Amino acid sequence: MTTTIERTTAPVTESGLSGPPPARTFRVARHSLALARRSLIKTLRTPEQLLDVTLQPVMFVVIFVYLLGGAISGSQTVYLKYLLPAIMVQSVMFASVATGLSLNTDVKKGVFDRFRSLPIARSAPLVGSVLGDLTRFVVSIAVLLGFGYAIGFRIGTDPLSALAACLLVIFFASAITWVFVLLGVIMREPGAVQGTAFLVLFPLTFGTNMMVPTDTLPGWLQAWVKINPVSDVMDAARALLTGGPVGDTVTRSLLWSVGIIVVFAPLAVRFYRRRV
Amino acid sequence: MSLAFQAEGLVKRFGKTTALAGIDLAAEQGSVLGVLGPNGAGKTTAVRILATLLRPDSGRATVGGHDVVKDAGAVRRLIGLTGQYASVDEDLTGTQNLVLIGELLDLRRRDAKVRAAELLEWFDLTEAANRPAKTYSGGMRRRLDLAASLVGRPAVIYLDEPTTGLDPAKREDMWGVVRSLVGDGSTVLLTTQYLDEADALADEISVIDHGKVIAHGTPAQLKQIAGGQTILVRPTDPARLAEVGGILSAVAQREPESPGRGVLTVPIDDDRAFPTVVRRIEEAGIGVMELSLRLPSLDEVFFTLTGKPATADDDEKVAA
Repeated sequence: MTTTIERTTAPVTESGLSGPPPARTFRVARHSLALARRSLIKTLRTPEQLLDVTLQPVMFVVIFVYLLGGAISGSQTVYLKYLLPAIMVQSVMFASVATGLSLNTDVKKGVFDRFRSLPIARSAPLVGSVLGDLTRFVVSIAVLLGFGYAIGFRIGTDPLSALAACLLVIFFASAITWVFVLLGVIMREPGAVQGTAFLVLFPLTFGTNMMVPTDTLPGWLQAWVKINPVSDVMDAARALLTGGPVGDTVTRSLLWSVGIIVVFAPLAVRFYRRRV
Repeated sequence: MSLAFQAEGLVKRFGKTTALAGIDLAAEQGSVLGVLGPNGAGKTTAVRILATLLRPDSGRATVGGHDVVKDAGAVRRLIGLTGQYASVDEDLTGTQNLVLIGELLDLRRRDAKVRAAELLEWFDLTEAANRPAKTYSGGMRRRLDLAASLVGRPAVIYLDEPTTGLDPAKREDMWGVVRSLVGDGSTVLLTTQYLDEADALADEISVIDHGKVIAHGTPAQLKQIAGGQTILVRPTDPARLAEVGGILSAVAQREPESPGRGVLTVPIDDDRAFPTVVRRIEEAGIGVMELSLRLPSLDEVFFTLTGKPATADDDEKVAA
């Protein structure tokens, strides 16, 4: 019953998009930034999303310093100096889960269909989300340092080193974000992303010298703490914020960050492309 | 004439269910192709393949001569997509939504803003331009969604059930938009469950059911498939109804029916029957309030084609 139409195919005029597309690299960067602005607007519109990155680290500091500080270091001020730079690392890592969670819900919504139907790089929506959520790290660090200052934490180095510490921690967190972006793209439910994320985060953040020096730990745990890259980042942040030998911790942190991005970012984009 | 898009033998399976069982669709440039079918017929799957969001398991499709799988980037530069569910960002304002799309389409920020304002104006959203989309009503969201798909002035526009859930007045508005898009030279693929919508907008209609095209043609051709036409007469003076009945039965060679008070209808097979009836009624000096030649509705067409009503149950899924 189907009547056939005579078929000839000719290109349709590209009426909407005049001129050749601009150079590819710049386009990906520009599209990512446009999408990063989208994430930023969303965060600003619902500031309650920032509760986890602001109150949670403050709570951790209060619990550890006042509950355990006396027992561990004999002095809460001394312990605060040891703990706070490490909590800074932990809190941005916790904050990075949210990017995976929001992507997980976003991908199912129609707006991502729209992004996929546009002539933009497949990586742009993911890169945009990661860049946009850098704000969360900045807010988290600012609140934590402010609160630390109020209860007696002092930067023992110079402002430049302190800034370097913050940037290093943010860079590492943005690398870790790609792990959660991957989870967010692979998994079907936000609950699964969250559950898996915490399974990853607990050994990574608590299995460090965050709370006590490594040499107080049993041998098997020392082995894990020493190979755990988060220990390096915590050591680097401590040295840059409170003084002491930096050693190769900064280099190691940077290398780990780059390594994590190189592995997880392409994987995330790959799975995102396949998911429809 | 050349084709704006063309799909040949598209097959798509999801696990055990076959969403598309080898479907052909095509539309000439500047025309409206209506894809008509009940829920689960495969309409959305076909649109998603043509919009490069899904890959077909077999078969091929081109838009503007570009293959939707091998040359997806080129296809994306030609198309605009409005999904069944409004795909706008709820947290962004109307303007922010449209400017974002503009920037992703490589418009300069200033140009993107101009285009956004232009579209918001056209869709009567200027007053709501700076409110987050989550505060919009359903109809406003649909309009914003359609506006978002038009930012890049696409040559081919897919409208996947654009009026589902809209009230009648809003449907008419949407129809007006579709007509003006076609007037500007765009090609439109419109999926719908509403037979009157396809009838009102489409140049050609592909009726699909269970992932297959079961009929294709102009609305008038499809109506003919469902059988002949019907003559309806309502004389001014109800007392002369019997005389009218005599004329009708003489011309049509069958007994007329009376679907309502003072009205007679009779199905006819012969094209010359209607003029003959008109002439004889005039000769008899009978005044008429209503005298028409009615085509069958597309509901009747669908029933003839599939043996069941067009509005299938919502929970009826694609046939395995």
